[in-house]
Order: sequence, then structure tokens, then C-alpha cells
Amino acid sequence: MREMSKTFSLFFIGERKVKFSSGDFFFKTLVTGCAIIILIYASLLLAELFSGSKLSFERFGISFIFGSSWDPVNGEYGALPFIFGTLVSSLLALAIAVPVSLGISIYLAELSPRALRAPISVILELLAAIPSVIIGLWGIFVLAPFIRDAGNILENLFGFLPIFRGPSYGLSMLTGGVILAIMIIPIISSVSREALSSVPQGIKEAALALGATRWEMIMMSMLPYARSGLLGAIILGLGRAMGETMAITMVIGNVPRISPSLLAPSYTMSAVIANEFAEAHDYLHESALIEIGLILCFTTLVVNALARALIWKIRARGGYP
Amino acid sequence: MKSDKLQGFGKRKAIDRLMTVLSFLCVLVALVPLISMLLTVVTKGVLALNLDFLTQLPKAVGESGGGFGNAIQGTFIVVGIACLISLPIGIFSGVFLSEYGANSIALGVRFISDVLSGTPSIIAGIFSYTLVVKSFGSWSALAGGFALSLIMIPIITRTVEESLRLVPLEVREASLALGIRRWRTILNIVMITAKAGIITGIILATARASGEAAPLLFTSGFSNSWASSLTNQPVSTLPVMIYTYAISPFEDWRAKAWAGALVLMILILILNVGMRFATKGKYSWRNF
Repeated sequence: MREMSKTFSLFFIGERKVKFSSGDFFFKTLVTGCAIIILIYASLLLAELFSGSKLSFERFGISFIFGSSWDPVNGEYGALPFIFGTLVSSLLALAIAVPVSLGISIYLAELSPRALRAPISVILELLAAIPSVIIGLWGIFVLAPFIRDAGNILENLFGFLPIFRGPSYGLSMLTGGVILAIMIIPIISSVSREALSSVPQGIKEAALALGATRWEMIMMSMLPYARSGLLGAIILGLGRAMGETMAITMVIGNVPRISPSLLAPSYTMSAVIANEFAEAHDYLHESALIEIGLILCFTTLVVNALARALIWKIRARGGYP
Repeated sequence: MKSDKLQGFGKRKAIDRLMTVLSFLCVLVALVPLISMLLTVVTKGVLALNLDFLTQLPKAVGESGGGFGNAIQGTFIVVGIACLISLPIGIFSGVFLSEYGANSIALGVRFISDVLSGTPSIIAGIFSYTLVVKSFGSWSALAGGFALSLIMIPIITRTVEESLRLVPLEVREASLALGIRRWRTILNIVMITAKAGIITGIILATARASGEAAPLLFTSGFSNSWASSLTNQPVSTLPVMIYTYAISPFEDWRAKAWAGALVLMILILILNVGMRFATKGKYSWRNF
């Protein structure tokens, strides 16, 4: 009874006695139960990942993360090449996507004519809606040949740098990074735009009144004000890039070797799970793959939690459009 | 520039113009791959697309003809199962968060569903594999549907919560003041008012799930026959079929992958356009 009247005070000013209703009680139990199922799902997910990776963890311990040889036939498993591939490909994607997305979000929030805003938003939404496997298909047959040729030019020009050394393969780290960049541009742009829209009109007008040009106003008052939201958007993009599976599996070449060259093929954590899980040799192989899944899950969890914390901050400030 | 502002004004204006143009170029940079993707999928897709493709079973390597009929059927089955699991859980959780959401359980659920929506989809596949595939002993439509439901639930929960929150408090108060029970108020007044938003959430989640291949690779798997059982037989789906055919070395198979991509794209476009039609463009894909 007390509980009921407490929740009702959300709607009524002050406390008020309400007669017990079995319908209300049943409905509240139902919706609470459904919400709790989500919590159960999440904890079960973690529990399954932990119990699934136990075998591999007991066998290899911490050296699993630092081992660089992956040889299912001889039962040797080290995840370093995959961790390396995931990190480098997602950072490369960020390096490409962040400037582009910031440009898009600034254009959308401040510079674009009103008539262009809706069509640009639709473009971003369309890009976000295309299934990963179709982007991968396009990546194999359209982007990869293009990157292979571009890679040859890069090697000729900058071959003295280790990152552009060696023969250019179409299916490479570089192609993977570009594909991931294309896939995270929509999310980074839309969240950044949200952050930029949360900048109060007064601050912008103050900068303009002091004689700033529009661009100076953006640089001096909008970006600093929205920085935590922008950072959140970037980190959210990083999380997406790290967890992306199908497209990257199709274009990165799938060779578990650590190579400094971006033109060489590589492998990521998600890709090795996608490729090998269905045909795992034995329990140890399966367990090693689940452990990779666990590492991947934890990294993206930390990254996403960080991003959400930053983004929630701007929403709490009323920046939500 | 700092010491003599007026003298530097022309330069500053030029920078302003230049940056405006540059940021517009960023939009074009995003536009180029999108247009290229749409064009190649359509031009290459129509070449292999015909009635057989939509209705026939896949043929063995070397034989011509055949199609993705079973994969189209499988996509509907697996996504259907995912909807059956995720709709009640997602919608009711959204109602919980919006209407009973002033407590610590809600805080936890909100956080967890946000985190789940950022979890790589392949993790959902592993989860469903260890839980469903292992207990039934075989790849199945059920396992695939379960994996997809894990992706759909957070999306539905968040959009339902957001759209219920948009319903003004006065509407609830008016209903309660008339003596209508709270659960009736939520079901018949609040949810009906917010139905466009709820439908959006469902369609968004369905579209997302229909395009997912990663969680299905080792849960519903791959098959060359029609689906006849939900629990003990692998089922092909469009995304998995596209993937398998795309990485094959056969020219004929690759052509079919493009046709499959076109079919999948049309399917998702229909859902997307349907959503815009249902809600007049009020909601978007933005957070997912």
C-alpha cells in the first residue's frame, strides 16, 4: 500500500491514498518482470562467456593475451594478433572518420542551409541502415581493388615509412580501416550534432557580438562547450568499430600476423570468431574463441560505458533535441 | 591577427568561407560510398535476379539456376521468432522504464540495455550457441531467433521508453482524475498516444535484425533445403547466404550474392520507408 501511494505521488502533488487494485499490481509485476529479464540476460551472458572460456584460461592463463601464435592444429592459441588487428583497424577508422564526421556535424548544426538538413540526415540514416554484410560485399568487389591501386601509389610515394612498406594487397588493414570508417561516420556525426545543438544560443551570440566570424564562433565557443559530448560520440564510434564483424571479416584478409604495414592483411577478434567458431576443432579451440569473445565484450563494454557517461551528461543538461 | 583585427578581417573571412566549403565536402565524402554501394548493388543485383531466384532452392556448384528461396523463407522465420521473444520483453521493459522508472532497478536496466545495444552482435551469437545450440544439439531457427532477440530488445526498450516519455504528464493526470486505473491509463491512454513511437522502435529493431549475419553464422547456420523444423535443423538466412556466396571463388555464386543483397536491401528499405510513413519522419535511426 505504501509503495503504491509512493509511486502515485509522481503524478499527484503530495501523498494520496489509493485503493489497492489487483490490475495495477499485476501490470506492475509484469512490466517489472520483463525489465528484470534484461538484467538476467546480461548476467547470463557474462556467466556463459566466463564458463565457456574457463578451459582456455586454465590452460594458457594470462599468456593468452600476449601469445602471438594461433595454431588450432597444434593446440596453440595466442590472441595478440587479433587484439592488435582490432585496435589498429578501429584507431585507423577513427583517424579517418572523426574529421569527416565532425565536419558533417558542424555543417548540419550550424552552416547548412535549412533546406539541406533533412536530406543530409536521410543520407546518414541510410548509410547506418545498410546491413554490414552488404557493406562487406561492396568492400570486397569495389573498395578493395581501389585500395590496392591506391596502396601501390602510397608505397611508391611513402615506401620509406614502415606503415606503407611491402606489396599492396586489396584485402588489408587499410581496407578494413576505411570500411569501418564508413560504417561509424553516421553514428559519430549524429551524436556530435546532438552535442553541438545543445550549445545555448546565448554563448554563440556572445561570440558573434564580439566580432567573431561564424567559423571562429564554432571553434571558440561551440566546440569547447560541447567537448564532452563530442568525445562521447567519438568513443561510441570506437566501440562500434571494435565490435563490427561481418564487413571487416570480408575485407581485412584474415591473416593472423602482426605486421607494421597497413597494406598487409590482418585479422580482428570478431573476424576470427566469425570464421572459426562454426568449425572449431575441439573444446580447447572453442574455448579459446569464447575467451576472445570475452575480451572483446569487456573492451567494448568499457568503451561504451565511458561514451554513455559522457553523452548522458549532455542529455542531462537538456541538450537532447 | 590579434593585434590588428580589422586588418586581418579579410583573411578571417576567407578562412570562414574555406571551412564552410570543407565541411560541406565532408558531407560529400560520406555520400560517395553510399551512392557507390546503392548503385553497385542495384546494377549487379538485377543481373541475377529473377523469379527462380526468389522461389528456388540453391543448386550445387557448377549447375546453373537455383536461388535463395529457402534463405528468404529462413529470414522470415528467424526474424519472426526473434520478434516473438523480443516484442513483449522490449515493450514492457520500455513501459517499466518510463512509467515506473524512478528506482534503482530502472537505473540498472537502463544502463544494461544501453551497454547491450553496444555489445558486438557476434557476442549474442556466442551466447545463443552456448545456451540454445548446445542444449538442443543442433543449429536451429530457434537459436538464431534467440540471438537476434538479444540485439532487438535494447533497441525496442529504448525507443519505447523515449516515446512514452514524450506523452505529456497532463494526459496521464487527466485519465487518473477520471478514476481510471493506472494500468488502464498506461495501456489505453499513454501507449495509444505514443503508438507511432512504439511502432518505430519495433520496425527499427526488426530492420536491424533482418540484416544481421554475425550472430547467425553459428546459431541458425547454413542449409540448402527448405526449413521444416524450428529446433533441430539448420536454417539459411539472407545475410548468411550473401556472406557464404560472396566469399566463394565461383563467379556464378558471387553474382547471386549481389542479387541476394538487392533483395535484402529492398526488404530493409520497405521497413524503413514504412516507418517514416507511419510516423511522418518524427523518429530516426540516430542512436542505433
